Amino acid sequence: MSARANMLIVALAVLALLAAPFYLAPFTVTLLNYIGVYSFVALGLVLLTGVAGMVSFGQASFMGIAAYATAWTSAIMGYSPWLGLILAIVVTCAVAAAVGLLTLRLQGHFLSLSTIAWGLALYFTFGNIAWLGAYNGIPSIPAPSLGSIPLIGSGQIFYLIWIALLLALLGARNLLGSRSGRAMRALRGGNALVESLGINALYVRLATFVIAALLAALSGWLYAHMSRFVSPTPFDVTWSIIFLMMAMVGGSGYLLGAVVGAALITLLKNWIQDVLPLIAPSSSGQLEIVVFSALFIVFLQRARNGIVPYVAQWLPETVRETPQAAEALPRRAQPEKGQALMRVEAASRNFGGLIAVNKVSFDLNSGEILALIGPNGAGKTTMFNLITGALRASEGRIEFAGSDITRASACSIARGGIARTFQHVKLRPRMSLLDNVLLGAYARTRAGFFAGALRLDRTEEEHARSEAMRQLERVGLSARPFDLAGNLPLGNQRLLEIARALAADPVLLVLDEPAAGLRRQEKMKLAELLRTLRAEGLTILLVEHDMDFVMGLVDRIVVMEFGCKLCEGTPEAVRADARVQEAYLGGVA
Amino acid sequence: MNAQIAAILTMDGVATGAIYVLIALGFVLIFAVTRIIFVPFGDITAFTALTLADLEAKRLPGTASMVAVLAVVAALMECAALLRSGQAARIPRALLYYLVLPLVPAAIVWATSGTLLPAPLRIPLTILLILPLAPLLDRIVFRPIADASVLLLLIVSVALHFALVGMGLLFFGPEGVRTQSLIDFSTDIAGTPVSGETLLIVGSAAFFSFLLFLFFNYTLTGKALHATAMNRTGARLMGIRPQQSGTIAFLLGSLLAAVSGVLIAPVNTIFYDSGFLIGLKAFVGAIIGGLVSFPVTAIGSVFVGILESFAAFQSSPFKEVIVFSILIPVLLWRSYSFVNHEEEDEE
Repeated sequence: MSARANMLIVALAVLALLAAPFYLAPFTVTLLNYIGVYSFVALGLVLLTGVAGMVSFGQASFMGIAAYATAWTSAIMGYSPWLGLILAIVVTCAVAAAVGLLTLRLQGHFLSLSTIAWGLALYFTFGNIAWLGAYNGIPSIPAPSLGSIPLIGSGQIFYLIWIALLLALLGARNLLGSRSGRAMRALRGGNALVESLGINALYVRLATFVIAALLAALSGWLYAHMSRFVSPTPFDVTWSIIFLMMAMVGGSGYLLGAVVGAALITLLKNWIQDVLPLIAPSSSGQLEIVVFSALFIVFLQRARNGIVPYVAQWLPETVRETPQAAEALPRRAQPEKGQALMRVEAASRNFGGLIAVNKVSFDLNSGEILALIGPNGAGKTTMFNLITGALRASEGRIEFAGSDITRASACSIARGGIARTFQHVKLRPRMSLLDNVLLGAYARTRAGFFAGALRLDRTEEEHARSEAMRQLERVGLSARPFDLAGNLPLGNQRLLEIARALAADPVLLVLDEPAAGLRRQEKMKLAELLRTLRAEGLTILLVEHDMDFVMGLVDRIVVMEFGCKLCEGTPEAVRADARVQEAYLGGVA
Repeated sequence: MNAQIAAILTMDGVATGAIYVLIALGFVLIFAVTRIIFVPFGDITAFTALTLADLEAKRLPGTASMVAVLAVVAALMECAALLRSGQAARIPRALLYYLVLPLVPAAIVWATSGTLLPAPLRIPLTILLILPLAPLLDRIVFRPIADASVLLLLIVSVALHFALVGMGLLFFGPEGVRTQSLIDFSTDIAGTPVSGETLLIVGSAAFFSFLLFLFFNYTLTGKALHATAMNRTGARLMGIRPQQSGTIAFLLGSLLAAVSGVLIAPVNTIFYDSGFLIGLKAFVGAIIGGLVSFPVTAIGSVFVGILESFAAFQSSPFKEVIVFSILIPVLLWRSYSFVNHEEEDEE
């Protein structure tokens, strides 16, 4: 299906939706209004949970903060609801930022559980503040008006809700396709990769959390002015879990899933409320939540991924255009060949009693390929982690391009021009090849969350995409750029990691066993690529076990054994060294 | 506030905290072995209290029918799973474990309903009746998704809590209950009056914590559980079944919840939905222990109890707010003082 046909279908759907008040009964329109309002919260959760992998049980309380903020502004103080909107957004986002700063450094389930606690605390707070109406709530909230038209009827506020929702969906879609959106998607699967790309994971998490809260705030504002009454009850933890249900049932990770889920759960809730009194007249209220939760549990047991992906697999695939060649992204100035680029001085690292790296020193000159070799367990990968900031050295000093990076974070080291690959390949399997490589270009591009959502990043994005295509071509993976990275065989995944590292335009490329899993032909091609890169002035540090590959390629070798440096020198000198022969082959009897 | 009041409040807080200790230990135990944050834990505590109250009032407790329903569902699921995997020979055994054993205490309760059993029989019977609850829920709800991520398990766990609260209202009704006191005795320590209940609660908490310690360190089953908690794959390679370890963890959790329910029933009025708040406060204690350390969890839970007691004295309507707000410094402390050993769960 072409992109144009897609657009046409979407346009028709939007038109049909916007005409709804003309052909649907008022009750159905009211139901649609609720679906729209809930979709905002669910959309936030799709971004937070489905995309970035953080679960919050506190979205209803963010909605509540916004609803109370606007209720206070408009019903108690008598100002315009639009002023209430501003206050609602500011207060909610500020609270979200504060909550986020406190919890986002923690592992996922701590975040989730503390949001339950906060949700409860907030519920009790609303219920006990006299000037917010305590448990009775705030009645007679005015309807907002556009110019002189008050949006009182359900057919009128319908347009406010659904136009705002469509814009929010559009913004979210743009965001996910942008630089910041890719960083959000990369959060799933751990920090090690994210930080090694120069992405500040905490910042991206925080921004995602605040965006989700912002969407909940919009929902809370709309809710307050639609129902014209707020009380603590609709903002308690039960509702937070219902919102989570919406996001997961719809298909968390899919924007449209938010609307599908909100619609389905709202209708189901409505239906259960209609049917249960017929089955169990005396206790229908209690049964409702039991039936609801049981259905949700069964749903999660049977179809964890939700409805939208299930339906999507039957739809024809959209044809995507390969990025066009465009102007290159600005490049870093490479240091002059032969200068000292990195100096490792007596670096040590111990894990409890185990000394993984013991006072290792070596220098690295720009424009050379240096191999770090040694038997298994010699401490090579630990050494790599010290250089790239994934681990901190216990002692010693590491200097890169004239500055001390011993205590620097992985993120700032990456931004300083060191790009790496991992021994155990770290890719984002559910992102395309192109998107994986684009992650590498993150530190070279600027566009933020707003620019992404409003599509102000197009020129830069075009340059970045063309750059990513160029790197894919370089490693020979440009034929199917939209395939998922998880579907590649291991050897090609390693090449993809190299393409991603190259997209960062590094000064130093750090490769951890790049040839493992490659066939002989592929190894030769890889060696050729590395030679070309060296000729272009790039410095390369690599760990490798394939001696044929190493000996024919590198300029110098550092040999490690049991955490210590054994010797260093040219391939010939190392090969002739008796200590190296002993380490690898055992002593001569 | 003078020293006298402070002493009373502290004593009160220690008693509440001791109950939280039992629940928090259960949280840590189940989480460590199965990666499930068992949110309905507090509900089981509340159900125990309600069951005990029903028995006292010579009513058939709702738990009996609840256990019966769950046992039938679990047995059906287990049989279906066995048939599908071609292990029909193991069905009688499964029926024994999932249907007959859970139904024995329920049957006894049903047979004796209408007569008031003496406390030394009533209380063990209550505990026996509650015991199968968590393992049955594990079989029905969590076993089919045992391989899911911690977060998905958590979402399911929260949904299960809501289902249980709804069932609690159905089976027990909306009235709050408080049972007869277990012990009629009081003394004073350093001028502060101390009730026998307090001593009993603190003593039981200490006893069961010690029992748990012995179990983990000196029995093979305990070590197997410990091994499963450390590394599931490794444990499996050593011939330990993670599923079986999970069932044992849930059984122990049920026991801890039941004991805490028996202890809290005479001192607090318990409603069908009281469990959530009790569980959540215990959870704050468990978070202080990082969901890993048993001793720190115990200390943390006692701290939460004392804080709650003082908060209730200072500002009753905001006591929950105050208790949950201490999560902030706790989380800050945890996030800055511990290395984040993150689990890379790629999907």
